[in-house]
Amino acid sequence: MSSIMASRVRQKRIAQLISHGKRLDGRGLTDYREVQVEAGLIERAEGSARVRLGKTEVLVGVKFEMGEPFPDVPNEGVLTVNAELVPLASPTFEPGPPDENSIELARVVDRGVRESKAIALEELCIEPGKKTFIVFVDVYVLNHDGNLIDASCLAALAALLNTKMFNYEVKEGEVKIKPGYKPLPLRNYPVAVTFAKINDKLVVDPWLEEEQVMDARLTMTVEKDGKICAIQKGGYGYFTAEQVFEASKIARQKAEEQRKLVVKE
Amino acid sequence: MLKTSQKKPEKLIDENDVRLDGRKLNEVRPVKIEVGVLGNADGSAYIEQGKNKILAAVYGPKEVHPKHLALPDRAVLRCRYHMAPFSVEERKSPAPSRRELELSKVIRESLEPSIFTEYYPRTSIDLFIEVLQADGGTRCAGITVASVALADAGIPMRDLVSACAAGKVEGRIVLDLTDVEDKAGEADMPLAYMPNANAITLLQMDGMLTSEEFEQVVNLALDGCKQVGQIQKEALRAKYVVAKEAEAEKEEAEEGEE
Repeated sequence: MSSIMASRVRQKRIAQLISHGKRLDGRGLTDYREVQVEAGLIERAEGSARVRLGKTEVLVGVKFEMGEPFPDVPNEGVLTVNAELVPLASPTFEPGPPDENSIELARVVDRGVRESKAIALEELCIEPGKKTFIVFVDVYVLNHDGNLIDASCLAALAALLNTKMFNYEVKEGEVKIKPGYKPLPLRNYPVAVTFAKINDKLVVDPWLEEEQVMDARLTMTVEKDGKICAIQKGGYGYFTAEQVFEASKIARQKAEEQRKLVVKE
Repeated sequence: MLKTSQKKPEKLIDENDVRLDGRKLNEVRPVKIEVGVLGNADGSAYIEQGKNKILAAVYGPKEVHPKHLALPDRAVLRCRYHMAPFSVEERKSPAPSRRELELSKVIRESLEPSIFTEYYPRTSIDLFIEVLQADGGTRCAGITVASVALADAGIPMRDLVSACAAGKVEGRIVLDLTDVEDKAGEADMPLAYMPNANAITLLQMDGMLTSEEFEQVVNLALDGCKQVGQIQKEALRAKYVVAKEAEAEKEEAEEGEE
């Protein structure tokens, strides 16, 4: 049986190495694990992608539904992000309604996509105030080996890039789906970069055992022009203002590297 | 469904850099904190920050139920942030929303660094934050008032946690956004801070900021936290120091009579 927690000796070793600028798996402090992106592996979904970040594995599916727009933005489509920490992904994930961790994950992914205005939502509206497409982005964690946020954000972006929209026409108030597809209109490409604070040092892309040692976690989501579009701090520790500013600089650089793995222009 | 809200004003900041509620760009809303407002709680406090009205109560350290949640080396801090159905324009269902669950988590994580939880192994400290009326920045005001309630409960702490948001509205960097400013603005960044440790314990942001703006917003929010921190201390002094002095004076007067 695999154990959930790294042993005390191992935890100590991880922290000691980091204070010397090294990591147990041989990476530098700001290096990501190897990233693999596969898009379009779920045919039934309008868009999908699987991201492997080291041993962390996340599948994102995009589905459309027809529904009503929100009354305060009557001519915009609706975006809904949900995350499932599927029990097969880790012995610590329990079946049942979403817990605070999966809600936080979904809301951080949502914030990045929403605040960067990645999806041209106004192009999804069919009839202002009455009918629109609702985009469901479902994050499905398949294997948990740390840094679910970055893997999920990257998978969500890859899945949105892979998403096909229906062609349709409106006849006498009825929406008729026509054959053929067009790509989902995207305007921005947000990428999340997560740091763990261990022994007062910042490490990028913590894996599971580093997450068990970390004092606190900080995620910065960066959009295509290098602006920060979402931030989330987590964990029981804290950051100094200097560390936060340092993180924002590293995040901008790392986000650009990660974006190139998904966005081919 | 009743709609009483007026149409959104065209400009949130006028040509003299004055905001809708008359504040300057770097001004916190008027903050009033009262300590020890609830009879049953071990510690409690009430805050008004602009139109925000929030109650916080602390129960514990006490036995943990269910027992398996207890930790052998420290107390567990449990936190519930909740909004009253009547606290917002459109009635909010009393069932906890996803937003409230996320906020409960980040608020807990923002306060835990301030508490010596290791003094109370196998116990729980339960914290309840009830938003009675909301007008933007409730998570920050909630943290501010909760930290005071923890102090009122006599729980040993490294520092008070003060929280304040800053953000960007109509291209300007502003402090302590109201609901209208948050919704119409370009960015909102709630931040919580423990001054003695120079520690940022909560940091969230949604919106868009360049890196220069980001640094400005963080520094302005830190400034707001320091202002709020003064008011927290005054509120605690008003209850404990002033009460103690009054007691001492009374004793002296009694001795004089004898």
